[in-house]
Amino acid sequence: MEFSELIRTGGAQAKLLRGPEVPPLHGTLCVTGHHLLLSPGPQATSDLWLLLLRSVDSIEKRVSGDSGTITLRCKDLRVLQLDIEGVEATRDIARSIEALSSLESVITSFPFFYRPKGLRLGDAWHFHPPERYYKRVARETNAWRLSEVNEDFSLCPSYPRAVIVPRAVDDDALACCARFRQGGRFPVPSYHHAPSGTVLLRSSQPLTGPQKRRCAEDEELLWAVLAGARPGARGFILDTRSAQAAKQAHSHLCRGRPLQESFVRLVEACGYLAQSTDCWRSRLEACHWLGHVKEALSTACLAAQAVEREGACVLVHGAEGTDSTLLVTSLAQLILDPSSRTVAGFQELVEREWIQAGHPFQLRCAHSAFSHARPKHEAPTFLLFLDCVWQLGHQFPLSLEFGEGLLLALFEHAYASPFGTFLCSSEKERCLCEVRTRTHSLWSGLNQPKEQRKLRNPLYVPSPLAIWPSVEPQSLRLWLVSALDPPEPSEVARDKVWQIVTDKEKTEGCEPTVSASEPQL
Amino acid sequence: MGLPNNYWQLSDVNRDYRVCDSYPTELYVPKSATAHIIVGSSKFRSRRRFPALSYYYKDNHASICRSSQPLSGFSARCLEDEQMLQAIRKANPGSDFIYVVDTRPKLNAMANRAAGKGYENEDNYSNIKFQFIGIENIHVMRSSLQKMLEVCELKSPSMSDFLWGLENSGWLRHIKAIMDAGIFIAKAVSEEGASVLVHCSDGWDRTAQVCSVASLLLDPHYRTLKGFMVLIEKDWISFGHKFNHRYGNLDGDPKEISPVIDQFIECVWQLMEQFPCAFEFNERFLIHIQHHIYSCQFGNFLCNSQKERQELKIQERTYSLWAHLWKNRADYMNPLFRADHSQTRGTLRLPTTPCNFMYKFWNGMYNRFEKGLQPRQSVTDYLMAVKEETQQLEEELEALEERLEKIQKVQLNHTKVKSKQSEPSKHSGFSTSDNSTANTPQDYSGNMKSFPSRSPSQGDEDSALILTQDNLKSSDPDLSANSDQESGVEDLSCRSPSGGECAPSEDSAKDRDSDEAVFLTA
Repeated sequence: MEFSELIRTGGAQAKLLRGPEVPPLHGTLCVTGHHLLLSPGPQATSDLWLLLLRSVDSIEKRVSGDSGTITLRCKDLRVLQLDIEGVEATRDIARSIEALSSLESVITSFPFFYRPKGLRLGDAWHFHPPERYYKRVARETNAWRLSEVNEDFSLCPSYPRAVIVPRAVDDDALACCARFRQGGRFPVPSYHHAPSGTVLLRSSQPLTGPQKRRCAEDEELLWAVLAGARPGARGFILDTRSAQAAKQAHSHLCRGRPLQESFVRLVEACGYLAQSTDCWRSRLEACHWLGHVKEALSTACLAAQAVEREGACVLVHGAEGTDSTLLVTSLAQLILDPSSRTVAGFQELVEREWIQAGHPFQLRCAHSAFSHARPKHEAPTFLLFLDCVWQLGHQFPLSLEFGEGLLLALFEHAYASPFGTFLCSSEKERCLCEVRTRTHSLWSGLNQPKEQRKLRNPLYVPSPLAIWPSVEPQSLRLWLVSALDPPEPSEVARDKVWQIVTDKEKTEGCEPTVSASEPQL
Repeated sequence: MGLPNNYWQLSDVNRDYRVCDSYPTELYVPKSATAHIIVGSSKFRSRRRFPALSYYYKDNHASICRSSQPLSGFSARCLEDEQMLQAIRKANPGSDFIYVVDTRPKLNAMANRAAGKGYENEDNYSNIKFQFIGIENIHVMRSSLQKMLEVCELKSPSMSDFLWGLENSGWLRHIKAIMDAGIFIAKAVSEEGASVLVHCSDGWDRTAQVCSVASLLLDPHYRTLKGFMVLIEKDWISFGHKFNHRYGNLDGDPKEISPVIDQFIECVWQLMEQFPCAFEFNERFLIHIQHHIYSCQFGNFLCNSQKERQELKIQERTYSLWAHLWKNRADYMNPLFRADHSQTRGTLRLPTTPCNFMYKFWNGMYNRFEKGLQPRQSVTDYLMAVKEETQQLEEELEALEERLEKIQKVQLNHTKVKSKQSEPSKHSGFSTSDNSTANTPQDYSGNMKSFPSRSPSQGDEDSALILTQDNLKSSDPDLSANSDQESGVEDLSCRSPSGGECAPSEDSAKDRDSDEAVFLTA
């Protein structure tokens, strides 16, 4: 692939507008293989402005007279306007951006070229292997073992190589289970709740079919789970779809297409806010986004409650077990597990329950809310997860070690990133593309000291307890709009919070000093 | 406010409530407005509520005045009233016109004309700019609140039920209308330098709301704890807002009841959400004030006017809420308050695009008894506790430093085997500083005493947090006082420095304990 074929411009003079509050930027606009660049003149004080082309969701151009305007709507919901001198230049730049931002090849994407200073390739990729999580589980119970039955991804292409399975079930039985579950996603533990000795499992739907087929090995596996748990533990199966037959509870978690449409309507409604706040709440209601937040949190609470309060083992599945299933299991862990509420623990959770668990990021996050392309596999499930996490943080402002900054960073990077973490849709694809050896991990990027203040919650106080959120409408707030364009006063407030907390830390670290000359004691 | 000055004077024209029985006896009016003009104007205004000063912006001499509607009917005019408005304009040499803001919807104002009331005719008054700002009347507001409270009381509503109900109640739309009026006036005063006369019908509901919102936007003083009390005294209590009628303090006409000041208090909360660092007080302060407007526990909000209050000798026979709030002010402080920041000094600048100023549902007020719906942890309380702890640590540090210095000096004295003469003087120096540190712990316990009063309004977990804080803080001063005393003894007996070294580690261990106490309960 030659990028140069797609770059049809040498550059042009342009003015960049980034919103009403930010002063415009003047300079020379250029397009490279992966970026849009604006370099201010030599006298200018500001730095080079850079936009990853992959983050462009939609592009709109208008020409009038001898100049043109390009409006770029980004996947992270930023809107940028470029006023460009020259009609031809405008057309060329627009065409170049259009072509380059819609490239689908993974291995020519920017993460394969990104080589930031101070980071080494391969760092942080091994922060969160399944083996490490298994070690943690193994410390709590010996009912499980680490199986390499999926070493070549033959059993389940969307699971990682190493999977944790009941000790009592051998690899042959697993192979049978895999055949009985869609996409080979047989039940695997998602979280072991040590205090009650029970476990949260996830899988895809069973292929029962109209003949009500059964699979002895699948049933054995679930029996083995129960046997390995607290004596007398009951089992729940939580189907995230509507009226599909399952033993106990159902929930109506929305999937795929409707969720994407809800997201698009939400962003539209927020865009309309720039003109008027009339009927804002009925418009907000019409897009159902907060309804999805409420449903997701309620279902997660239900699962967590079964585990913690009833001491039951819970198997969560939807259809494929790669979307709403992960939403429920990961939120339930945040509610129950204090360690997942730390910065490191949350990164581990995202890595284990979303990336390695086979959430198809490449498909789900191909486009965001502005794209005119007909949605195929897009769905903001991960964004919904981030929103729910924010709601937890809003209701428990002292309980999460990370702040809104980390959630926003994950949103941005899931849709377009210089790092390789969110590339591809499964571990198998990541192996084929050698993502782990040829790109940098987002975690090593985020965990650099200079990023910390943005990502952390200064109010964090560790607590061993579960955090049960309210899922009533009165308690849920719209997050994304206000977070993406925070008004200045809230930045001032954030500074003040940091100041109060660091003042204390400084004082705590102080030792009495005496200025008077020290006598020899 | 820098008054009286060349343009404004304190007038006693309303002495013994001779002119207007719902106004205070002392009022600021333009210097050029004679008693004749005032009385003449009052006869042309509903309930004789003539234009009087509400707020004076000393940076540019612009002012906010308030009155009731003119009795203009379809064509009536009044020379004195026209002169009165002219006097207000002249009191502001920086501008050649004044705004007259009628806070009613135009339709309502026009309907009033049939009853011989109405609004100013621009042709009759020289140099006025007339403006309607449609805030609905008390009946609309009452039923709007009723609708919203019904939504709040729904048993586990769906998201749609809630959002639709909220929208249909119109409550937040009304809040926005009041705020918009306040913003308009604040801008006219601070940016255009023009004076504004505000009225509605009788000038005691919407006018009070709008004038106080504008004052709050313009003047940082009103955003402090004390200033906010002054603001309510000024625009609400003294200017005859009918507390008895509006909040049903006595058995009265249910149609007179309306959440007028509640709406103002909510406007303040909306501003606090927008400017987290601009207010010295916190949400709890607002909620407690609102509570006591209805509680009738204090005298401030009894009666409909100053005149009634005077007749009933309210001031002598009741306690004031302000004293109570001030005594417990530690409960009401906003830890994020930054009086010095460029954003919080002077006039508050609201964002231009509406999407940056979202009117939110005030969960903390309207669902305040539903603990389960509230955030489970209080950022305000946590930050206040951290601040107090920091202060305490700093004081301990200071005390330790002094002690260390003292010990070293004693050591020095010892080694040099100096005469004892210098010691008493040194000791007296120490004891004074000892006193100063002993004062602050008293302060802590004073603060702490007020904490339990906070806990009923907070969740159980919070009260647990407060209690441990309470225990630890109240025990702390004793400890530090003891150790200080001990150190005094040590100094006198000139013990070995090991005692001195021992103390800091003890202290730090104690600190760690206190941290854990907070962590565990949080």
